[in-house]
Amino acid sequence: MFAFIHKLGSPPHFWRLSGTMVPWFSWFAVVLIAVGTVGGLWVAPPDYQQLDAFRIIYFHVPSAWLSQFGYVVMAAAAAVGLIWRIKLAHAVAAACAPIGASFTVVALATGSIWGKPMWGTWWVWDARLTSTLVLLFLYFGYMALRAAIDDENRADRASALLAIIGVINIPIIKYSVEWWNTLHQPATISKIGKPSMDPEMLVPLLVMWLGFTFFFFAVLMVRTRAELIARERNKKWLREVIGRG
Amino acid sequence: MTATAAGPVLLEGRDLELWRGETRLFTKVSFELRAGELLHIVGPNGCGKTSLLRVLCGLTLPETGDVYWRERKISRNRADFHASLCYLGHRESLKADLTAEENLVFQLGLRAWLSKADLHAALDKVGLTKRRHVPARSLSAGQKRRVSLAKALASGARLWVLDEPYTNLDVAGRELVDQMMSEHLARDGLVLLVAHQAHGVAAGVTRRLELG
Amino acid sequence: MNEWPGLGTAFWLQLTRDLRLAFRHIGQAANPLMFFVMVTTLFPLALSPAPELLQAIAPGVIWVSALLASLLAAESLFRQDVEDGTMEQLALSPQPLSLLLLAKTTAHWLMTGLPLVLMAPIVGHALFLPGDAVPETMLALLLATPVLSLAGAVMAALTVGLRRGGGLLSLLILPIVMPVLIFGARATDMAMQGLDVGGVMYLLAAILLLAVSLAPAGMAAAMRISLD
Repeated sequence: MFAFIHKLGSPPHFWRLSGTMVPWFSWFAVVLIAVGTVGGLWVAPPDYQQLDAFRIIYFHVPSAWLSQFGYVVMAAAAAVGLIWRIKLAHAVAAACAPIGASFTVVALATGSIWGKPMWGTWWVWDARLTSTLVLLFLYFGYMALRAAIDDENRADRASALLAIIGVINIPIIKYSVEWWNTLHQPATISKIGKPSMDPEMLVPLLVMWLGFTFFFFAVLMVRTRAELIARERNKKWLREVIGRG
Repeated sequence: MTATAAGPVLLEGRDLELWRGETRLFTKVSFELRAGELLHIVGPNGCGKTSLLRVLCGLTLPETGDVYWRERKISRNRADFHASLCYLGHRESLKADLTAEENLVFQLGLRAWLSKADLHAALDKVGLTKRRHVPARSLSAGQKRRVSLAKALASGARLWVLDEPYTNLDVAGRELVDQMMSEHLARDGLVLLVAHQAHGVAAGVTRRLELG
Repeated sequence: MNEWPGLGTAFWLQLTRDLRLAFRHIGQAANPLMFFVMVTTLFPLALSPAPELLQAIAPGVIWVSALLASLLAAESLFRQDVEDGTMEQLALSPQPLSLLLLAKTTAHWLMTGLPLVLMAPIVGHALFLPGDAVPETMLALLLATPVLSLAGAVMAALTVGLRRGGGLLSLLILPIVMPVLIFGARATDMAMQGLDVGGVMYLLAAILLLAVSLAPAGMAAAMRISLD
């Protein structure tokens, strides 16, 4: 077990593996997102209530999913790095934060664009939007802490601890925000989770979701490679692979 | 170097390596220390002497390698190791608003059942009996250092870790440090010492570790 | 049986030392309390002194002010001990660091959190909070302020060695204590409307239990990283 993790955690091994995987993931992402976009914007029928305005869910829902999934990936990588002292895992966590934060911003932006025709205003204190906003604050805190510590080793470990604390707190925050929201706005229109979605609507959503997820991992690997270049710039293996490539 | 290796190895560093940012402070540092021995760590400024002490105390995680106390990793055996250790760092670790005696009662109270008599004997030995009810902020730098020395004396710790203990001390004070260390070694204690100047402990019980 | 004193002794020693230090600088310890009172004074000045308006916003004002006061207080929790080197000695004692830091946080709460609870009736009165809602608000604050102190302590331990720590600490603490604000303000609000506050109190108590059981380990881990 330990040996396996260490092999997986060895930067040269990761470099080779990600080198082969990035093109595949990128192509999957491009094709799936293209198919999903066509399916979502042209093939799927308009919603009987929201008409064409609903189509933004094809960007909103996958972004919202990745904003949360990104935090979990970051916290999991951070925990692995902290417990087994694997530097690659810290590099993954460091690479993950800005991606997750970006998807959170996209989810907030698309959510508020969607809100404009539905509620007539760019922002309402809807439970999902509010907890996404808090999630963005958590990302900001993580990145700010990392940026504030000069020593890389210490920055890795301190921010890893923060990510773990954050991931313990996210369910509590989500629950409390939902609870708060039901008390103050009992009649909020629920966005997703309609009892039955037309398959023509649902399939493009799933395709988009998968495409976005591939895109997320492709970017994560590219960013992690960039982190490795910064962190291991004095190591022999890196000079060899860079010199060769 | 000791001629006769007596007793089991108590403190051991194996293959220690430490980085600070871009620079490697030291690598492949290994040593063994037995009861009644002093390890004098020497080297130029900035070579990582204090960092090595902090690694040996368990304050800093080394990049590679482990420290063993009584043949157990200190990370696995923290409480037991720290109960046997007294660390005097660069800073005096005194609360400025508490008196010398209050400071010692608190710090030593965490680690041992302490009688007032032991405490007073230690303060007497370092020559602070009259100043023991003065807040630490009013003590001179040398007197503060003497409070720390009293802490080492009264702590009952087997392993003393002394980072530049001679700083701020007058001639009598420096002799006191030498005398304290010699007596501690004679009681089968261990000393880790970082000091630029030569110390006055008999050569038979000292080892040297050069960094840098 | 260990050769060193037990956990209770260690906790007590640390608690009394910190209280003694706090009493020797009582002015400094009172800062968060004064801050709490002053922030609540800002609202009538900024909005209007109309009783019905102040009464409507009273729960929010009291809870936001308490939250801000605890942020201010968290700043100074560990800084001095780290600067003068006594924290190193705590980390090198045979006692669990989590226990010592919990004792420090307890002392800190007694000096900065508890006064907020005791001051709440006066501030509430100034904001025309109905008398019936005062006991519930105090109980909610009694459950919530320790959580604020504990969360603040974890984050303070994470940021303690940093030169640019100031604003960062607030950025780290605020998102994770939002649930406390939500439940706490709601408890006051419900009490004002004469509703049953039992459920909210249980939620606050549950958060307190969670914080007491997890935060000490978090503080100790964070402090060891900061001391490294």
